[in-house]
Amino acid sequence: MRVLAVCGMGLGSSLVLKMNIEKIMEQEGIEGSVEVKDLSSIQGEQADYIFASEEIGEKIEHPAEVISVKNMTDKNEIREKVLAAYKKL
Amino acid sequence: MDFLMSFVNFLVYEVLNQPATLVGLMAFLGLILLKKPFSKIMSGTLKSILGFVILGAGANVLIGSLNNLGPMIQDAFNIQGVIPTNEAIVALAQQTLGTQTALIMAFGFIANLLFARLTPLKYVFLTGHHIFFMAALLSAVLSTAGLTGVPLIVAGAVILGFVMVLFPALAEPFMKKITGGTDVALGHFGTTGYVAAGLVGNLVGDPEDSTEDIEVPKTLSFLKESVLSTMLTMIIIFFIVSLIAGRDIYSQYSNGQSIFMFSLMQGITFSAGVHIILTGVRMIIGEIVPAFQGIGEKLVPDAKPALDCPITFTYAPNAVIIGFLFSFLGGLISMFLLGPIGLALIIPGMVPHFFTGATAGVFGNATGGKKGAMLGAFVNGILISFLPALLLPVLGSLGFANTTFGDADFGVVGIIIGYIAKLFA
Repeated sequence: MRVLAVCGMGLGSSLVLKMNIEKIMEQEGIEGSVEVKDLSSIQGEQADYIFASEEIGEKIEHPAEVISVKNMTDKNEIREKVLAAYKKL
Repeated sequence: MDFLMSFVNFLVYEVLNQPATLVGLMAFLGLILLKKPFSKIMSGTLKSILGFVILGAGANVLIGSLNNLGPMIQDAFNIQGVIPTNEAIVALAQQTLGTQTALIMAFGFIANLLFARLTPLKYVFLTGHHIFFMAALLSAVLSTAGLTGVPLIVAGAVILGFVMVLFPALAEPFMKKITGGTDVALGHFGTTGYVAAGLVGNLVGDPEDSTEDIEVPKTLSFLKESVLSTMLTMIIIFFIVSLIAGRDIYSQYSNGQSIFMFSLMQGITFSAGVHIILTGVRMIIGEIVPAFQGIGEKLVPDAKPALDCPITFTYAPNAVIIGFLFSFLGGLISMFLLGPIGLALIIPGMVPHFFTGATAGVFGNATGGKKGAMLGAFVNGILISFLPALLLPVLGSLGFANTTFGDADFGVVGIIIGYIAKLFA
């Protein structure tokens, strides 16, 4: 599963998101990678899913499915969304 | 023995002397400590080295545009014009202070963990680019004050580690109000402005009268895309400055281009430079921060992670917009006050006013509702205009660069450390 974690600068919340998603993937034994991107540089990037905050998620137009996260620091919310996404693949 | 000596020499005088490979070495050690697989260690190490080289390339693009604007303001107003842009000033600092910055950052991480382990300030500061910027600031201020070599690195690292636990602790009482008490702290070097906004909110308003009861259009959300907001601001700034300077002056810099094309291309070049620098910073930070967090979780398991300011945005989205507007207003008014009292002309930049103004708005709203968000962010805007102006003299040769550090804490820390260091130097 290839995931992009996106925020406005590609340095702050996206990095938090990346670390949380990576940890969950490791715990659940999901193979794949998570990369951090800013809003301006996701076009042309290949991915299965794009994770972002709700405000950022609304602005993304991309062939990959965009998954909005309400609370960047809520590990349970992120876990649910990662697992649901993985099952759909 | 000879071989060993020459290896040590190679390590000290070549690897550690080259900021790019030094940063790579930091990532390498972090990844090894976390027992990551070989391929991850390789990609992490190489990417952070590559990131550093990209950062330098971006600096050159950005300087091309900045070197037109600075002298033009000088010619037109007879005053130094400065646009606070962290990425720009840090990239410039790396040309002379790269090794010092990287070493202060590496040992600053360790100092942060020690402070978190040994004192009640249990925070692990994870906003990597701000750690990097603070390390660059400290290397500039301390070396201007006359420190070099080991004392410079040790002093820089201890101060860095300390501010990495101090500022999250200062923000904590307000963060509790904002989030309703979660296990995250705020790790952002604009905290002086946020605390000021929170205190102002306490004085002027009522938290029940919240900004979140207002309907606000979402038209300003494009500003979150920092490349775009930087580009727009810079085009406008170039246009206004060229207009005031007049044809005689701007034509010296524009190579025969019309004022429109000149402003457009210079603004775009500037933001292209910032974008390249950020790409580099992202590659470095993306590798180093997860390693640091992994080590932190093992050594100080009860510490709170201190995260970047946008984590507060979801708690009060309206306060974000209001905060940005009022902070920017504070910046504009300050701009007209700075010149007459003999300080450098600080031109308000979109990026610092957006991120810190928005966060100040969230803080002000938590303590004082609408009024708190407006006035609190306004005070933040004044702070991030006056602090950078007062910071310039302690930055040495970097103080003449037409750009400087944007967020409040860089000003506070730089000014305090700069003057203390001068007493001892």
